[in-house]
Order: sequence, then C-alpha cells, then structure tokens
Amino acid sequence: MALLARAPLALLEQGLQARLAQRRTEWLRPPETGLYMVQGRAGATGQRFNLGELTVTRCTLRALNEQGEQQGLKGERQAGLPAATVGVAYVLGRSHRHAELAAWADALLQEAGPGAELEQTLLAPVRAHLAQQQAQRRAQAQASKVDFFTLAREAGVSDGAEDEQ
Amino acid sequence: MKNEELENMLPGFADLAVGSQAVFRRALEALSLPGRVLELPHPAQTPANGHPAAALLLLALLDSDCSLWLSPSLAGSQAQAWLRFHTGCRCVSDPGAARFLWFAAADPWPALAQLDWGSDEYPDQSATCVIELPSLHEPQSAPLRLSGPGIQGHASLQPRGLPADFVVQWAANHAAFPRGVDAFLVAGHSVCGLPRSTRVQHAPHTPLEP
Repeated sequence: MALLARAPLALLEQGLQARLAQRRTEWLRPPETGLYMVQGRAGATGQRFNLGELTVTRCTLRALNEQGEQQGLKGERQAGLPAATVGVAYVLGRSHRHAELAAWADALLQEAGPGAELEQTLLAPVRAHLAQQQAQRRAQAQASKVDFFTLAREAGVSDGAEDEQ
Repeated sequence: MKNEELENMLPGFADLAVGSQAVFRRALEALSLPGRVLELPHPAQTPANGHPAAALLLLALLDSDCSLWLSPSLAGSQAQAWLRFHTGCRCVSDPGAARFLWFAAADPWPALAQLDWGSDEYPDQSATCVIELPSLHEPQSAPLRLSGPGIQGHASLQPRGLPADFVVQWAANHAAFPRGVDAFLVAGHSVCGLPRSTRVQHAPHTPLEP
C-alpha cells in the first residue's frame, strides 16, 4: 500500500490501463480528501504534540467486472474465501485519480491471476522508480556533505598538548 | 477492521450529500411533528440486520465525534461494521455512555433512566435512541395519546412491541425537561419522532395495564 501511495500517477496509469478497460468500480467509499493531524513525540518518549496537518485522499472500492458481477462470487463464498476483492487506498495529496488507481491496484493484487502479473508489470517499475529517486536524493545530499576531520584533529592535538603540560 | 467485514461491506449513500440531507430533513420533520408516521427515503443499501429506517437515520446522523451503543443482537454484526466504516463513530458497550443508541426489535431495552439525559447546562448533550418496533400501526395494540409542542390538540399512535412500562418511563423522561432523551420509533421504512417535549399517555378508553 505504501508503494502504491508513493507511486507516481503516470506509472499507475500506464500499469493499470489495460486491466481496467473491462472492469467496473463499485464505490464503498468514493474518493474523499481530508486532513489528518500528524502527532509526534520528541525522541519517541516525550509528550505527544501536533506536528501538523497532512492532506490525505482515501477511497475504498469493490472490484467488479463489466457485467457488474463480482468475480467468482458464488464459488468462493461457498469455499469460505473472500467474496469479492476490496481495494483500499490512502494517498497523500488531493489527487482522486491517484487514490482510485492505487485502490484498484490493491484490489487486483489480491486476485490470484492478475496479482502475480501486476507484481512484474506495475510494482517492479514503481520500485525501480522509487529506488532511483532515493539514490538521486542521497547523491544530492552526499554532494553537500562537509567533513570536519581537520577540525577534529586540531582539537585532538591541542588536547594532547595540554595533557602533557 | 477485519478483512471479512470489509469484503462484505455495503456502500453507503449513493450520493452522500443528497442522501444524507434527504434523511436528515425527514428526521427533523419527524421530531417537529411528533407522533406522525413518515416514510423515509432509501438512498442507500442497508445491512441485512436491523430495520432499514434505523440504519439510514444513524448513517445520516452519526459522525466521528459520536458514540454509539448497539443492542446485543446488532453488536458485532454487519450493521455495526457498516456504520463504523461510513461514519467513523465509536461503539461503546455501556448504554449510559452513548450519544446514540440503536435498539433492535428482538432485544430487551435498557431502562430509559439508565441513559445519558444531558445536564441542565447542556441538555443538548443527551442521548438519542433509535428504537425498532415490529409495527407503528397496529390496530390491536392499545393506542397512545401524544400531546405537546408540534401536535395540535393530541395525536394517537398505535405501536406494537413497546415495553409495558414505557408510558411510565417516558413520563419520567418528559418530567426531567429540559433534560431527557429523544427517540425515533422505526418500523421498516417508517419513522415516528418522539422528542422529550412530547407527553405520552394511555388513551382514556383503554385500561391502564395493557
């Protein structure tokens, strides 16, 4: 879910386009945008304080195929398995489309057939993209790294000199 | 929320704004015209357990600041999961701590005196009960005579399934005004408002003990 929430919209659109053509959405909770209060603790032990508010869009949907039937509903229900796949998404920001696609991906990943395939066609590119983004950020931060070793050595020498005296 | 609960979840209002406003409007009408039996619109698919009108009223009225008590046959059912999912309400096990209560037709009631009647400073913070009854028009049952604000002269109501001491309990609730609970009596898709300002008596031509 975190992966889908972080995935760029273009990659989601691209990865799901073919799958969603013959599927229909039953909204359990249509996309809605709201605020979450994020709380923090100093050093993870202090008093809780309100860090700030985050804009979050969430939705929940049930995956139907074109005829409006839940796939394999009867057989699976009798077998005591999930009756229909329900997808849930919480994403940062206000993009309803992003939440919708992330929820669809969540639902499809739970289905046996498309799930395994999506792992390759959707999740792998997203993972690669996020890893690349992180590496880029890391490189940027690395470039501005300042080494204080000179300062530390000088301090060490003067300390030693003082001790000798 | 458990996975099975989510998988069997029903959608809420088809159109959230229009649906909840239509039900809310009818709820206001029911409380301002006590004793009149009104039909609720049904803009949402309701869970199998519980009467649809009760489920719709609570779906429209509850939000994440509300605490809800469900009578035993509803607690832990699909209806509870449904209300929690769509409204974000908190479910409590003590009827005295709840702002909203849903009495299923099959269950015995907690005494009205046990519920939160609000305080003299904040009578608005009292509980609201949604009470399921088998029927609101039962020719065989003893008619109740309602009077008070919103009723010209008096109104008559013939519900079935009220506890025998309901009139006594309601008299105490009415006497505590401005404190006291408000109630919605529901059966199927019909609803009848019973605010705390309404006086309920047995109709004169019937014996006091039903």
